[in-house]
Amino acid sequence: MVPILFLGFAGLLIATALMVVLHKNPVTSALFLVLAFVSLAGIYLLLHAEFLGMVQILVYAGAIMVLFLFVIMYLNLQHDVERGLAIAVRRGIGWALGALLLLAGGTLLSRGWALGPVQPPVADPAGGNAAAIGQTLYSKYLFPFEITSILLLVAMVGAIVIAKGHSAAPPDSKEGA
Amino acid sequence: MNVVPQPSFLMVDWWALGAVIALTVGCLALLVLEFLPAGERSSRGGVISLLTLGVSAYAVLRVAQDRRSLFDGMFVHDGMTVFFTVLFCAIGILSVLMSWDYVKRTRINQAEYYALLLSSVLGMVIMAASNDLITIFLGLELMSLSLYVMVGFRRTRLESNEAALKYFLLGAFASGFLLYGIALLYGATGTTDLGRMGAFLADSPVLSNPLLLVGGLLVLAGFAFKVAAVPFHMWTPDAYEGAPTSVTGFMSAGAKAAGFAALLRFGLKAMGPLEDQWAPLLSVIAALTMTVGNVTALLQQNLKRMLAYSSIAHAGYILVAIVAGGTTGAGAAVFYLAVYSFMNLGAFAILTMMGQGRDERVLVSDLHGLGFRRPLLGVAMTVFMISLGGIPPTAGFMGKIQVFGAAIEAGLIPLVIIGVLNSVISVFYYLRVTVAMYMREPEGEPTAISQGLPALLCVVITLVLTVWLGIQAQPLWVEAQRSVLSLL
Amino acid sequence: MIPLSWLIALSAILFVIGVVGVLVRRNAIVIFMSIELMLNAANLAFVAFARHMNSLDGQIFVFFVMTVAAAEVAIGLAIIVNVFRLRETILVDEINLLKG
Repeated sequence: MVPILFLGFAGLLIATALMVVLHKNPVTSALFLVLAFVSLAGIYLLLHAEFLGMVQILVYAGAIMVLFLFVIMYLNLQHDVERGLAIAVRRGIGWALGALLLLAGGTLLSRGWALGPVQPPVADPAGGNAAAIGQTLYSKYLFPFEITSILLLVAMVGAIVIAKGHSAAPPDSKEGA
Repeated sequence: MNVVPQPSFLMVDWWALGAVIALTVGCLALLVLEFLPAGERSSRGGVISLLTLGVSAYAVLRVAQDRRSLFDGMFVHDGMTVFFTVLFCAIGILSVLMSWDYVKRTRINQAEYYALLLSSVLGMVIMAASNDLITIFLGLELMSLSLYVMVGFRRTRLESNEAALKYFLLGAFASGFLLYGIALLYGATGTTDLGRMGAFLADSPVLSNPLLLVGGLLVLAGFAFKVAAVPFHMWTPDAYEGAPTSVTGFMSAGAKAAGFAALLRFGLKAMGPLEDQWAPLLSVIAALTMTVGNVTALLQQNLKRMLAYSSIAHAGYILVAIVAGGTTGAGAAVFYLAVYSFMNLGAFAILTMMGQGRDERVLVSDLHGLGFRRPLLGVAMTVFMISLGGIPPTAGFMGKIQVFGAAIEAGLIPLVIIGVLNSVISVFYYLRVTVAMYMREPEGEPTAISQGLPALLCVVITLVLTVWLGIQAQPLWVEAQRSVLSLL
Repeated sequence: MIPLSWLIALSAILFVIGVVGVLVRRNAIVIFMSIELMLNAANLAFVAFARHMNSLDGQIFVFFVMTVAAAEVAIGLAIIVNVFRLRETILVDEINLLKG
């Protein structure tokens, strides 16, 4: 059952990720990205990372993508016009490079690879996955956890500073445009 | 449920964390105090920042001789941490001094500007002090996010916006590579702790493991982006040119030093056992970085852009030192970083004074006649330029001696030849600045120079340091060598 | 248990799709969404390795990466909005005042 579910989620993930990159309309791209994140959350659940699966949906598919959609609609972006030789050339190079990367990675990995030291399997923690993560987060990973709090503060201050409303003054640039 | 052992903190640990705590508190204080009204000419933000940075440096220096490992090795207090924390605080103080009047005349929001400067310094300190890839990544993001905002701080200026957008998109792209590399290394070694990673690799040199190979390359690419090494340098000229001048100075010194600090720790501690494998690759990058940076700098008319390419070239020299390896090589890299920070900040401090009001005058032709109108600035700029070019008796010359000396000791003769040839090329564009100041007459109105005691103080401090380190390099050199001992 | 090689292959494909998206698209927001795909590919690799090594660390890293991503999105979108206000475009090849 698990492998079938996995293949389903994986297929959905690849298809939606491709649509994010391929679709001309940014709104549609963003909606496909939401689907991609949800299928990734499904894979997390299959991998017994229940807490992350939930957070993935709440934070990524929820908060982050809402922000994306909000900005896209606020800017009222239409379909990207993607014609002309320069763009076609760039697209060709991009896809060729991607294929090359995948081929190189595939060849390397098919030569056989080794995983780091495997720890003895542990029984599922009593309080579930979330409790176990909480325990580790507030003991071993206390320092990075505190850093993330400052990181979020900086993000808040930065976003406000940059995006707050403009005064009536015209842009002061060389061109004065 | 297992009981989590209570960490027992000693007094020395609090002092070791002093810089992190002080910078956080200073950053918060700046934001909270914004509620109290202050005039546009108020210097409150600058004063608080100077105090914070001073306290941070003092706290770390107080326990400079102690060696501690805190939070399960996430934060280590060793020679490297002490050296770089003090260096970042010095860079911060000099940047605050040069920003003092610049932010007032360009009407940048002071509280947020200084708060982000402090959080950026905090990110740098964490990058240099952490012994775990995840903490390094978080420190790097903290530094970068603050810098993205600072680059775009002049919101109504098109160039500033464009620079922020390009810096941000390319920076986030590079973060993606770095993070994927960390993920693969975690898979290959089962840990993100640099020490344990090194021990694991020393025990079982599984070089044929593609996870390790690809992961290492991706992490290297991520760091190469932050220090602006070819071929990951494309963002540098645009970001440097568009950013407010004081921010350009700050990031050219600070972000580069932080990137190299993390790269040194990662390269020597985690990847040390595999040095024979990555050294050839790094020497190719070093040769390319020096050459591309110097040759392109020859063509620039905008001083900020020229100094951007010059900063790329200097990253190349530092990479040569890292390839040389050992205490001498790593020590030379650390020494060069400190020296480069001082002379570069001096040059940028002079640039922040060019122009009045919200104006920015940073073309080579804007310098015409400056040498005779403002003798102190002229002499200082000349000293910074010959120091950047590596001509005695300046700090830059001593730096190059250490770097190339270490490289010769390691038998990297071709790299040294390329480096010396590049230094010769670089003299042309550095001296062009001096020629513009002394031998050209301004066409029309000469560039107005903003008055400002703090910026002048910054110029004087960096001038003294540049000359003094050119004559008396020994103390700093000893410190630099001692600082890298814990990595080897 | 799902074989590790499948998971790594999936995460590699996702990562490459993200890289290609950054290279071929001109719209800054779509480029940014492609970068999010790259970060998620790394997250998937972390969770997969953690599962197969019986360690919780990988899951914690994902938690941190999500925080970083959220912070990055806030600042990135603010920059993009501001650029659009001044330039009326967010196509990266039309934003080229700075040139050497």
